[in-house]
Amino acid sequence: MAKIVVDPITRIEGHLRIEAEVEGGVIKDAWSSSTMYRGIEKILKGRDPRDAWYWTQRFCGVCTTVHSIASIRAVENALKIKIPPNAELIRNIIIGIQNVQDHVIHFYHLHALDWVDITSALKADPVKTASLAASISEWPNNSPTHFKAVQEKLKAFVSTGRLGPFANAYWGHPAYRLPPEANLMATAHYLEALEWQKEVIKIHAILGSKNPHPQTFLVGGMSIPIDPDSQNALNADKLITVKRLLAKAQDFVEKVYIPDLLAIASFYKDWAAIGGGVGNYLSYGDFPDPVSGNLWFPAGIIRNRDISKLLPVDQQKVAEFVDHSWYEYQGGKGKGLHPWEGETEAKYSGPKPPYEHLDTTAKYSWVKAPRYEEMPMEVGPLARVLVAYVSGHKETKAIVDMVLAKLGVGPAALFSTLGRTAARGIDCLLNARQTPVYLDMLINNIGKGDYRIHANEKWEPAEWPAEASGYGWHEAPRGALGHWIRIKDQKIFNYQAVVPSTWNASPRDAKGQRGPYEAALVGTPVAKPDQPLEILRTIHSFDPCLACAVHVTDTTGNELVQVKVS
Amino acid sequence: MDSKKAISEEAGGFSVARLLQERGVSRRDFVKFCSTVTAAMALPATMVPKVVHALDKVQRPTLVWLNFQDCTGDTEALLRSANPTVGELVLDILSVDYHETIMAAAGHQAEAALEKTVKEFKGKYLCVVEGSIPLKDGGVYGCIGGKTFEQIAKHVCGNAAATIAVGTCAAYGGIAAAVPNPSGAVGVREAVSGATVLNLPGCPCNADNLTAVVVHFLTFGKLPAMDSHGRPLFAHGKRIHDNCERRPHFDAGQYVEKWGDDAHRKGFCLYKMGCKGPATFHNCPTQRFNERISWPVAAGHGCVGCSEPQFWDTSPVYRRLPNVPGFGIEKNADTIGLAFAAGVGGAFAIHGAMSALRKDKPAAEETKKEGEE
Ligand code: SF4
Repeated sequence: MAKIVVDPITRIEGHLRIEAEVEGGVIKDAWSSSTMYRGIEKILKGRDPRDAWYWTQRFCGVCTTVHSIASIRAVENALKIKIPPNAELIRNIIIGIQNVQDHVIHFYHLHALDWVDITSALKADPVKTASLAASISEWPNNSPTHFKAVQEKLKAFVSTGRLGPFANAYWGHPAYRLPPEANLMATAHYLEALEWQKEVIKIHAILGSKNPHPQTFLVGGMSIPIDPDSQNALNADKLITVKRLLAKAQDFVEKVYIPDLLAIASFYKDWAAIGGGVGNYLSYGDFPDPVSGNLWFPAGIIRNRDISKLLPVDQQKVAEFVDHSWYEYQGGKGKGLHPWEGETEAKYSGPKPPYEHLDTTAKYSWVKAPRYEEMPMEVGPLARVLVAYVSGHKETKAIVDMVLAKLGVGPAALFSTLGRTAARGIDCLLNARQTPVYLDMLINNIGKGDYRIHANEKWEPAEWPAEASGYGWHEAPRGALGHWIRIKDQKIFNYQAVVPSTWNASPRDAKGQRGPYEAALVGTPVAKPDQPLEILRTIHSFDPCLACAVHVTDTTGNELVQVKVS
Repeated sequence: MDSKKAISEEAGGFSVARLLQERGVSRRDFVKFCSTVTAAMALPATMVPKVVHALDKVQRPTLVWLNFQDCTGDTEALLRSANPTVGELVLDILSVDYHETIMAAAGHQAEAALEKTVKEFKGKYLCVVEGSIPLKDGGVYGCIGGKTFEQIAKHVCGNAAATIAVGTCAAYGGIAAAVPNPSGAVGVREAVSGATVLNLPGCPCNADNLTAVVVHFLTFGKLPAMDSHGRPLFAHGKRIHDNCERRPHFDAGQYVEKWGDDAHRKGFCLYKMGCKGPATFHNCPTQRFNERISWPVAAGHGCVGCSEPQFWDTSPVYRRLPNVPGFGIEKNADTIGLAFAAGVGGAFAIHGAMSALRKDKPAAEETKKEGEE
């Protein structure tokens, strides 16, 4: 049987390798491996829990806010800190725009080239392109002149003979199916989205000082002061700019992203039957109400594609296995450990580089295998949207039904590569519409004279109990993210992050159950094994983020690092 | 160095100016862009014509971007580059032949593209590295296409005209190299001896500084002047504290005491909240981020010192710096940075001291060795 290796998988964050066995033009089996390890959690031991958000933020610079959020929530949970409403609202806005921007970048810059053949755009008729675009959206830039200008730029670029990042791709592959006009439209929006993402993420600069890696997070609140009468604080001027940028974000999602997504999807409906995966879905829920703490996006679990039942999530039931990962547990093989008890020691046993193949019958990845009640779970926009849909979440139901109706498919179509890509658009639209609601709440609260941004009482470590443990959950763009922390004598005793791409990219577990990427690849057609475009489609539909996925925590009884302070 | 000449010879009559023109960038915008980067490089305005002239002549040089033990934050910074139209185009027209985050090709085809560039433009292309390089255990902690990061770096950086190490990880090992440095991570200079490397630390680096380095290289045919940490003086020649807009409050003894207090709302000095501005050399206060909208101190959070070597082990975020003497602004990192590192180290316990307290012997020994170098 032919074994295909795709390494590096490009247009993702981090280092991912896929090995797949192909027979008769279809994938029979697949293995997902992460080939990079840093060990940040191990480095965290013994440090100040208030610093953890800054460190864990460096898990990932793409989803650049998510680990900070999960981290401060975990510490606040451990120390029982209730943050002021303004801080919760600022966080909700930061989370909302992160999701919106990240999803758009994923669609246009990381995923689109799996469906869009830009070389075909050269053959398009700009006038026809404009009428195609006009039939699906009233976006003002969709004019024949604009499309012609984009085509001219593209021609000039290609005529240099140096295709730069577009060289050596699978252009002309038989699996590309869009007419030239749709390809030109998508290419034009690829360029527009590049400009747009830079603009809308300025919200992070206003509320967080910069992006990537905003720097105003604090255990207990936020460090961006609020005072309408100060030029050094969040004032009316800055709030109005945030409002304008949120409107710009929503406008692009409604008039460009969603229409493009639906138009492209309509040419690839066969992908609604490919790439289903493990069929179990997990969402932690998010967007706490600043007063009640109730989550706007619900938490829940769906099993075996059964959308008649929604199950509650219990953090105790999360465990990680390392039977196919390059780590060793003291207690031996076959057991999963809860993150608070998490015990991990890196132990590479793969081939000596340079190598051709991994031994996939043994250990083969730096990603661990998290399981919920010993079952693999898919996380991400699809899980989030399914859980909300099944729970009867009004806003979600309306958009899901609209998308399904436009594509002329039933809910079962969601369990697929196409469903995953569509769910990301749905999630994006939900976030784009909900985030301005939090800004209005913030403005309202400030108007009432509430300027509080931080709960000071427990800032000093002297105020903390000798021991505490907690966890923080967050629905990141790529799905369910959890940080678990144990604090002892004011220092981090143990830290563990179980992140979206750990769930999705996980290798097999003790029982030999495949992880979600692996399961989704089985059954995927591959027209040309030397140009496995179809593998990229399914893998990219998950939006992999591998730097996030690899960690290690050490609780093997080593003495804590002592940080000496004079 | 004649790499500039080498670089400009290859692309057959295709100049930056012409390409910009074809892409609808007006001459006026082009000159404006040149003025901006000239200012970013801390060069006098009289140098603008030279920059314009050089960029007019330069022809489509090649750039490859390698991602190692990173978080892709520097790539994201590049995507938000502060000269949105032209700055990005300049990087775009560099012919970015390899960049895993954005390139269309994958797997063998991607590797082939990289190999082709290294062969065809040997000694002429620019290389950007993001992320540290793990050396421990034969480099098994980082592989692409079955090869270790170290093998790739030696090959690609070793054959480049020059390498720019972006972000603190590529420059000094960064977060992965923090105690106990589980994977034996180091920066590019340490992993590839003999390569021409400029460090652009920061977490992530400021994309405007990257653009400025590239333009400097194209204009003058060499890398800009560096300090002893390999950082360009135009971006790292002065302390944050000396350019900080809150400095008058520091001098007047007006400090924030609690998050959200009156002083915090009024924009007083963040020194007592742990600001590392007095020990950090970077142009954040003037260059700022996201088209100069803000920077950490302006948004009410202290500087963490992210562009200093080994800052991860020397500066707990909220710990007050010990005793900040009133250094004059003419001093640079080389004359007082070392004194400061010693001061900070004494207070917080650096690398070696920290590892000595661990029972975890192998890791401790390794770290110690690194600390002593
Ligand atoms: S201590 Fe920080 S906030 Fe205060 S003046 Fe110096 S750099 Fe600015």
